Amino acid sequence: MATTVGVVVFPGTNCEHDAVLALEALGADARLLFHADASLAGLDAVILPGGFAHGDYLRPGAIARFSPVMEAVSSFARDGGPVVGICNGFQVLCEAHLLPGALQKNRGLTFLCEPALLRVDSTRCVLTQSATLGQLLDVPINHFSGSYTCDLETLRQLRDDERIVLRYVENPNGSVDDIAGICNEAGNVVGLMPHPERASSALLGSADGLVLLGSLLSASVA
Amino acid sequence: MVRSVVVRYHARVEVRLRPGIADPEGATIERALPALGFDGVASVRSGRCFNVELDAADLEAARSHAADLADRLLANPVIEESVIEVREA
Repeated sequence: MATTVGVVVFPGTNCEHDAVLALEALGADARLLFHADASLAGLDAVILPGGFAHGDYLRPGAIARFSPVMEAVSSFARDGGPVVGICNGFQVLCEAHLLPGALQKNRGLTFLCEPALLRVDSTRCVLTQSATLGQLLDVPINHFSGSYTCDLETLRQLRDDERIVLRYVENPNGSVDDIAGICNEAGNVVGLMPHPERASSALLGSADGLVLLGSLLSASVA
Repeated sequence: MVRSVVVRYHARVEVRLRPGIADPEGATIERALPALGFDGVASVRSGRCFNVELDAADLEAARSHAADLADRLLANPVIEESVIEVREA
């Protein structure tokens, strides 16, 4: 039976179809979930894709956090269900306190849309468990507020618990400690700014994103 | 006899980055000022301001409502802090 992944659509989300296509290419059954729906019944994993949920008004993710689906996502995550936030989805997860810290405007105040080389620095989360430690992945970024920040105590915890799962080889946005992606304590909730769904075929310039999405699928029990 | 009166209050909620949090917007403005002939500006920090009209029983209740909405929505306490002024509208 194929792994069933829900891809959440907020008003202003714009990467949901890319995510569905990439997941389907890996053999998953991917479905769009409307943000006003509050049920995640029958899903093995949930992805919060990129975009500009609720126009990014106030702060990216600040309003999306109150969408009905987010309560369901929180309890799904509490029960150990795999949840991955990509780009705007990462911002939503931070605002919803499912991940610590916050994403600030990029250093240099420029919108960045470019390839980024990532290094897998921990394999203890659902998105990297099938990757190799130190593996380099070519996955594009596309954001204005992608500079990860947190207090020193949180940073120490993230480091000590090996929860910094992906780092930029060359820091594009001023993220503290070159952070591109982190996970929660249990490793089932992951947020990352780069877009693995956009690196899902050699035709797109890189298929390295499939390493991450494939890992998510193997981690999600069908 | 107890009368319950609701008064309209005006709350000004200023949200700004906590000290020590990088502020690329403020820094960019700061760097632009000398070019415009503004000398002697020691530092610029950016922030935003929300004007909220709200009904409450008294000033204390209005303050507490404003503080609550600032904490739960207007500011992200991870990186921001808020300053609240409340007066009768």
